[in-house]
Amino acid sequence: MQETIKYWRGVEELNNTPEFQKHAHNEFPEFLPVSEANGGDSSSPVAPRRDFLKLLGFGVAAATLASCESPVRKAIPYLHKPEEVEPGIPNWYASTYFMGDIYNPVLVKTREGRPIKIEGNNLSPITQGATHARSQASLLNLYDNNRLKGPVAKKQPTSWEKIDQEIRTRLTGVQGRVVLVSNTIISPSTKTVIREFGAQFPAFEHVTYDANSASALLRANGGVVPGYDFSKARTIVSIGADFLGTWISPVEYSKQYIVNRKVTADRPVMSRHFQFESFLSMTGANADVRIPIKPSEYSAVVAAIYNRVAAGTGGTPIQAPNTAYAKQVERAATELLASRGAALVVSDSNDPAVQTLVTAINTALGANGTTINTAVPSFVRQGDDARMLRLINDMNNGAVGAVIFYGANPVYDHPLSQQVVNGLKKVGVKISFADREDETAAHVDYICPDNHYLESWNDFEPKRGFLGLAQPTITPIFNTRQAQDSLLKWTGSTTDFYTVIQRTWSGIVGGGAAWDRAVHDGLATGTTGANEPTAPAAPLTLAAAAVSINRGGRAGKGTELVIYEKVAIGAGQHTNNPWLQEMSDPTTKATWDNYVTISSAMANQLGVEQNDMLRVTANGKSIELPALIQPGQAQGTIGIAIGYGRTHAGQAGNNVGANVYPLVTVAGDSLIFANNVEIAKAGGDRPIAQTQTHHTVMGRIVVQESTLAKYQKDPKSVTEYVRIATPDGPQKPQKVSLWQDYEYKNHHWGMVIDLNSCIGCGTCTVSCQIENNVAVVGKQEVLNRRDMQWLRIDRYYSSDATREDGGFEKMENPSENPQVIFQPMLCQHCNHAPCETVCPVAATMHSTEGINQMVYNRCVGTRYCANNCPYKVRRFNWFNYANNEKFDYQMNNDLGKMVLNPDVTVRSRGVMEKCSFCVQRIQYGKLEAKKDGRRPKDGEIVTACAQACPTNAIIFGDMLDPNSQISQILKREQGERAFHVLEELNTQPNVTYLTKIRNLA
Amino acid sequence: MISCKKRAKYTFLLPFLLIFFVISSAFAQTPEQSQTGTAGVTPGAETPAAGGGGAADAALIENGQTLFKNNCTQCHSVGSDVVVGPGLRDVHKRRNQAWLLKWIKNSSALIQSGDKDAVAVFNQYNKQQMPSFAFSDDELNSIIAYIKSASETPENVQSAPNEGPERAEAGKNVGTDAVGSVGGYVDLLLVVLVVVLIVLVATLLIIAAVLKNYLKSKGDLTGAEQEMLERRTNFANIYKSKAVRVIVGLIVVVVLVDISIDKVMGIGIHQGYAPRQPIAFSHKLHAGDHQINCNYCHTSVYKSSSANIPSANICMNCHSQIKKESPEIQKIYRAIENNKPIEWIRVHNLPDLAYFNHSQHTKVGGVECQTCHGPIETMEVVAQYSPLTMGWCIDCHRNTPLNTEGNAYYDNLVKLHEKQSKGAFVVASNGGTECSKCHY
Repeated sequence: MQETIKYWRGVEELNNTPEFQKHAHNEFPEFLPVSEANGGDSSSPVAPRRDFLKLLGFGVAAATLASCESPVRKAIPYLHKPEEVEPGIPNWYASTYFMGDIYNPVLVKTREGRPIKIEGNNLSPITQGATHARSQASLLNLYDNNRLKGPVAKKQPTSWEKIDQEIRTRLTGVQGRVVLVSNTIISPSTKTVIREFGAQFPAFEHVTYDANSASALLRANGGVVPGYDFSKARTIVSIGADFLGTWISPVEYSKQYIVNRKVTADRPVMSRHFQFESFLSMTGANADVRIPIKPSEYSAVVAAIYNRVAAGTGGTPIQAPNTAYAKQVERAATELLASRGAALVVSDSNDPAVQTLVTAINTALGANGTTINTAVPSFVRQGDDARMLRLINDMNNGAVGAVIFYGANPVYDHPLSQQVVNGLKKVGVKISFADREDETAAHVDYICPDNHYLESWNDFEPKRGFLGLAQPTITPIFNTRQAQDSLLKWTGSTTDFYTVIQRTWSGIVGGGAAWDRAVHDGLATGTTGANEPTAPAAPLTLAAAAVSINRGGRAGKGTELVIYEKVAIGAGQHTNNPWLQEMSDPTTKATWDNYVTISSAMANQLGVEQNDMLRVTANGKSIELPALIQPGQAQGTIGIAIGYGRTHAGQAGNNVGANVYPLVTVAGDSLIFANNVEIAKAGGDRPIAQTQTHHTVMGRIVVQESTLAKYQKDPKSVTEYVRIATPDGPQKPQKVSLWQDYEYKNHHWGMVIDLNSCIGCGTCTVSCQIENNVAVVGKQEVLNRRDMQWLRIDRYYSSDATREDGGFEKMENPSENPQVIFQPMLCQHCNHAPCETVCPVAATMHSTEGINQMVYNRCVGTRYCANNCPYKVRRFNWFNYANNEKFDYQMNNDLGKMVLNPDVTVRSRGVMEKCSFCVQRIQYGKLEAKKDGRRPKDGEIVTACAQACPTNAIIFGDMLDPNSQISQILKREQGERAFHVLEELNTQPNVTYLTKIRNLA
Repeated sequence: MISCKKRAKYTFLLPFLLIFFVISSAFAQTPEQSQTGTAGVTPGAETPAAGGGGAADAALIENGQTLFKNNCTQCHSVGSDVVVGPGLRDVHKRRNQAWLLKWIKNSSALIQSGDKDAVAVFNQYNKQQMPSFAFSDDELNSIIAYIKSASETPENVQSAPNEGPERAEAGKNVGTDAVGSVGGYVDLLLVVLVVVLIVLVATLLIIAAVLKNYLKSKGDLTGAEQEMLERRTNFANIYKSKAVRVIVGLIVVVVLVDISIDKVMGIGIHQGYAPRQPIAFSHKLHAGDHQINCNYCHTSVYKSSSANIPSANICMNCHSQIKKESPEIQKIYRAIENNKPIEWIRVHNLPDLAYFNHSQHTKVGGVECQTCHGPIETMEVVAQYSPLTMGWCIDCHRNTPLNTEGNAYYDNLVKLHEKQSKGAFVVASNGGTECSKCHY
């Protein structure tokens, strides 16, 4: 055996000195000389500052050098390219938005198989290409990381096979009634599926309720929503109904409403719109005559109108309480009578008596067949408060064996939330189809997450005779399954929901090519009869209504609370949508919160200032919210929006604001969205993030308005044009110019915004945000005035004061009941742009097509341009909003980023950005025209805002094309209603506004 | 004081030096610039045929021929020989028009419908699926018209293959020779210049020697004159001269600065970048030797902003039959089996802030692929041919005349331009150098 040769590391080892032994097991005697500890003692092993700096310097240098080498980038093609997908070319699919709130046929733009934009479907006779902020933003709900990733059984993730098996076993052995609770369902095929599912149980019930209920309206109209047609109405009286913003079908109604609101010199007629309401709603802001009244006064006002109309038409009057608004009622009723056959009265009241009278008024005015299309009633509200209340009772009595929630979230949005929770404890089998573990789903055994509507097939019958289809535009992102397919599975059926839809439709549109056509168009005509009310509750008789109204009762002392719905958030289904949370409310301009709107008189009385916390108590429950001083709020009332205060919505929506549903009045069989409350200061404050905090125009002609009477007399008198004093007398500002004019040869893009058509709904702002990858910044940054929206809607209130009354300070205060005007404000693309001349690095330049270009990669962030912009439309990236956990909205995770438009750069920190006139769309449109060897057609190239506008208030086009719509309008309106904002600065904008005309009484 | 003065004396040299460097660097750049310039100007060889005067039939056939070449030749010949699918000689006699239309548009549907002929053809050619083509009926008719006319010419078997290389030859000339000729011209000029200079120096030396000899032979020179005549150049003096030192020092500094600026500016430019790809795909073999049209694989190059990298099923169109045993092709099979896409290494990387659209350049501008991608049909491994810098883009936009012919979009613009300017109607004259054309 050979002896192992031994080597020594040195003499020290050979001698085995104590020093050697000490260090033998410590190979690196000193650790890296960087330590967080402060080296005060020189003998301590802590690195001196210099070493640290040396290392830092080396590190920076090394990192810089290393970064010179670009990383290897991969290009990964499809393995099997789907035939219809071409990278870089968008595909469009027709679909339909309906999340229990607004029916909206849409087109979905997909790129490389992912939906990135939603636009209106022009083929729809109901909405005619219009959209709503909610339908636009519903896209982001698809990429919501808070959605469930798969089925959940007893809070544990499970598989579909297991959960199906368990549910079927449990359902077979169920004791008692099986109930399916849903919001309004207008899908004929879904109803078929539910019916078949229910047929296997001895006792089955489908309970429908709506969070923002229209039960009383349905009851007074035989179980349907009357087929209102605002386009035929010359006089409109609304008692509380926000029909342009939120009520029943705002997209459809906006489109109809605007028909008689657009004026030209050739046709100078307009409808007149009276609005009686408590809270200044978007619709109220558009009314010609707005009368603030308390919710308890609705019935008296409606009764008075009824009596006046009955007197004029030979009907039987009822005994009515006195109303303090006799004069206004008289005027409204007189006008209604004068335009008999073209008059319409609507109300959002959920008091059956009020709705009975409204129906009676409409009948007396001959609205049926004219302003109400009796042949095509709407089905988009079917909720029955009474049945829901009965179900809550039954659950508590133990009469319900199984309950399935589909789209409904009563634990959050029902006033008897606590009873629902208690009742659920007594129900044997509890299933939810919620796409997330929401407030209700948190109390159930099984959550079978439903697909997003963009992942599903579905059909709709919103109005009698009109059908809509939804088709999947992406394969399900998570392991979710459409609720209808789940129900079919539990029925034991082997067909899928798609087949069911085809079967439903085959009798109406036929199969084969006709079906393909229907899928392509996303809609068809025909009726299934599935949504016809089966056994509507008998309407109140006039006599009963009169008795109910005279009993009054609710009109007591104290403050009255009116509970309203916000345009953006709705009843709560969009709370977790950052786009909608950050969309500023049309009238209050607030984001990311709900609040108590109070009048300034009441604020003074209570000693409350804006943002002070208030405690509102009713029904033995109280909520605390900050105060927002709202001009136009009826005296003695406050308003609070629903949809906030969710606890299980997801990251963006949880604990934003407070839940006001518990304060809803439960009166007998109906829910009344008003209450008598006690209000007190709660101490402390919470700032409300408003995007606009000044309220009046202070006498400047930034925004112009006039009256119809004046316009009819002389269309040239309605707009004020600025003249500059020169030695040659007053001149147009353009005459006095330092700059040379541009010459446009190819295109000259321009925009016309008709202030008469703009209803302030904010759809354009959301559409712009989606199209242009505009970042969501969150509440704090909005408070810091660092919101990023390229397009904002300025809302101005009128002021009673003039300059003679005490100068500008007085003019800052809006009137108690102000007139409101909305003005979309975006980059004006000035021909003599003040921003262009101050940029030291030429990062903002003028193009040969009239566009004020912004070049992010050149911008060094001096912000001179923003300072020099008189319109204040430039936005600075104070932070890197993408990939930044401080801004954890849609641009901070891979899923959320799928919504980004690949044709638009995601801006980085330190650069300026602003409206680009959707230059990516212009470039795309021009290229398509060039490929076909033709000039672009008018209407082919439109900006995202113009596309989204439900009232065509925004017209975009080529001003060099003499036949384009924009050229025609400009030619017609020159010297009449067309004006430029701040014309005196001679910026020569390419955006032209048209003066608002009011049909004042 | 004196030194100050002296220094002041030399400063006049600085501008000269600068001028020297400007000129030299300009010279260094010229070949490159003219290269891109000419390459950019190269008009597309395949500009859409504008219906050449003759009968509509001829145009139809010609159109059909183009379509056939671009889409069908990979698998079919117009003769009777089998490539992948059958030779199409007299196919219009064998099958009726309606059947042909159906078959080309969606052969699998026809087979599934149980059509006897279709099933027979399918079985005869190894159950090889023919891909579907989304042609319009007019386009299909033109293809069939072309096949008809080709079947009637007896020599078609000969002529068809001949035509390809010729065209490629032409393309090649455009790509490389044009570039080479410009480079050669400059080189020649330099050589001539050098020769002239050498001759000049030689002549001067000879003259000096002759004069020296003459003076020496004269003999009546004063001492000083003699001394001057005898004096030899002292190189050490030149070396010691402050002026020379300053000049040399300046030259060194300027050269160093120039080099470092050049290097720094070159960061991020990957001209010549030719990474090893996961599959040794040869463009030379496919695009060069076999004359497969670029559009056959990069299907969206005329339609979309991106010229897509072909998906594996496009490779399978041919390689389910051809070269199945090759280890490289086995990799594609494996990818399909494992359902794992092939991860190619991206050669051409534009920064995200720049928007580039292929169809704008290929379809509208009629720019050849080779103009930017170089002689791709000769590349075994694809390399980045152009610098892809903004300067390079702008240069081309400034010099390239717009391809306006037969495009109604430009009609009015051309007229306006001709009225106002004598210069060519280049991309830049139509706003082609504006920021928002590429940055948004």
